[in-house]
Amino acid sequence: MNWRSISSIYRFEMARTFRTLTQSILSPVLSTVLYFVVFGSAIGGRIETVEGIPYGAFIVPGLVMLTVLQQAVSNASFGIYFPKFIGTIYELLSAPLSFVEIVIGYVGAAATKALMISLIILATSTLFVDLSIAHPFYMLGFLILTCISFALLGFIIGIWAGNFEQLQLIPLLVITPLVFLGGAFYSVDMLPPFWAAVSHFNPVLYLISGFRWAFFEASDVPVGASLAAIMVFLTLCLGIIWAIFRTGWRIKP
Amino acid sequence: MAPIISIRDLTKTYDGGFTALDGVSLDIEEGEILALLGPNGAGKTTLISCICALVSPSGGSVAVGGHDTLTDFRAARSLIGLVPQEVSIEPFETVENTVKFSRGLFGLPPDPAHIEKVLRALSLWDKRSNRNMELSGGMKRRVLIAKALSHEPRVLFLDEPTAGVDVALRKDMWDLVRSLRAEGVTIILTTHYIEEAEEMADRIGVIDSGKLLLVEQKSVLMQKMGQKELTLHLAAPLADLPAALADYDLTRSEDGQALTYRYDTRAQRTGITRLLADLAAAGIAFRDLETRQSSLEDVFLTLVDEGARSTTQEGAA
Ligand SMILES: Nc1ncnc2c1ncn2[C@@H]1O[C@H](COP(=O)(O)OP(=O)(O)OP(=O)(O)O)[C@@H](O)[C@H]1O
Ligand SMILES: [Mg+2]
Repeated sequence: MNWRSISSIYRFEMARTFRTLTQSILSPVLSTVLYFVVFGSAIGGRIETVEGIPYGAFIVPGLVMLTVLQQAVSNASFGIYFPKFIGTIYELLSAPLSFVEIVIGYVGAAATKALMISLIILATSTLFVDLSIAHPFYMLGFLILTCISFALLGFIIGIWAGNFEQLQLIPLLVITPLVFLGGAFYSVDMLPPFWAAVSHFNPVLYLISGFRWAFFEASDVPVGASLAAIMVFLTLCLGIIWAIFRTGWRIKP
Repeated sequence: MAPIISIRDLTKTYDGGFTALDGVSLDIEEGEILALLGPNGAGKTTLISCICALVSPSGGSVAVGGHDTLTDFRAARSLIGLVPQEVSIEPFETVENTVKFSRGLFGLPPDPAHIEKVLRALSLWDKRSNRNMELSGGMKRRVLIAKALSHEPRVLFLDEPTAGVDVALRKDMWDLVRSLRAEGVTIILTTHYIEEAEEMADRIGVIDSGKLLLVEQKSVLMQKMGQKELTLHLAAPLADLPAALADYDLTRSEDGQALTYRYDTRAQRTGITRLLADLAAAGIAFRDLETRQSSLEDVFLTLVDEGARSTTQEGAA
């Protein structure tokens, strides 16, 4: 494993983040604050508690997950799509690197950025609601695993995408709806039985549920199922990436 | 000495079914400058891309420094610096960071002194804090060279390094190439400027339609090119060459109107004076004369032409 190469990619990518600090950190924080105002204050006025948790606090894990998924996917997909688009990918391909090192560098940087933003949002949310975290280590573990696995997904999207529209397509069409329908702002128990059952096919439900459990010890699905779901997802993404690099799909003619 | 790069039967057929490389075999000796010439679309960039892992070859093998580029890719690639034909560069990063990144990417420890040396050699030192997007086209190309040199390659590929570079800079670039060669770096360059190949290269390869038509020491090629032709247009047609002139390398045109004499410009005696005297003695008068030097361009065009003809014949057969 060539750690120097990995750290070069990682630092180069992080430098991009810090170059565009305002838009990369400020804008997700701002939109989260808006969610708080709209959901927490407006709706929270009508829904007092969900499963015994004040509504304002109840939505925090879902909000953090929403941002994490969006950020991890968009950072990682852009991170690898951009060199492909401007042609600098030639250097990655001709360097003495294996695909594992390229993936660790790019995905690591995208996951780090998503993690940073999620922690900032968590900190911001304490300005609005009283938050206690029952299992801080589980919370952090879920967060990190989610950052990594969705950064992997973003990496796949970035390699697959042939233009900027396709780059936006999956986050917009798949991820955001899945988060909204995955119980980010409600408990699936509040749904009619049919839709509650359908929701269990939504993988994001398992993430949000597990993450929420780490805060409040209340969840839609058993926490073990959440952990299993994220590990399966992670393995799936790794497998796809491995296949991509083996075949040079969309990278090498 | 074992060649630094050894290419065996390399073929590349692109997804669309187009064969861009058609069985190329080539050994490149350590420390030489090899110029690849060939018309647009000949396969020069494809050849370089196959060696540098940008394109997966369809067949054949490449070894760099004895390391197979597929099975032992780390060792092979760590020897190579690549300056691509297209200027692709991270627009928002500074010159210095871009170049440092390349060194790190190749797994080497930071070496500010080396980076400074490279940037100075390419007249980029004053621009080191500029963002790449603020550079001119020629400067961007030099950043690409700096990136390739940042990791101290043993073999440097320059794909049309002087396209779009002004005359003064071109000279600088050739000085740099010479000094790299003096350090023992092997250089493979492609160019459309034949004078450039003539000036710089130790060996010249001509490639067309994915085939390597010729690889020759430049000196040997120059020998061919050192040939000059003197054509004498005769006052009266000549039926046969007089015996007195049999010793000369003379050819009579079909209609007998002209005689062509071939000689080497760099020989001690070209024999022109003696020939003219003997012609006068034989009573052969001439109206006009012309001389013509064959250039690398002639050799090149003849080769490409012959190559194209033999391919069509193969196709027809
Ligand atoms: N990615 C690709 N897919 C399909 N065909 C390609 C691809 N890249 C190159 N080709 C074709 O392969 C042939 C050789 O291209 P190549 O770029 O190697 O030529 P070249 O000798 O470098 O030409 P030039 O002097 O114009 O740079 C061309 O006919 C080109 O159209
Ligand atoms: Mg080319």
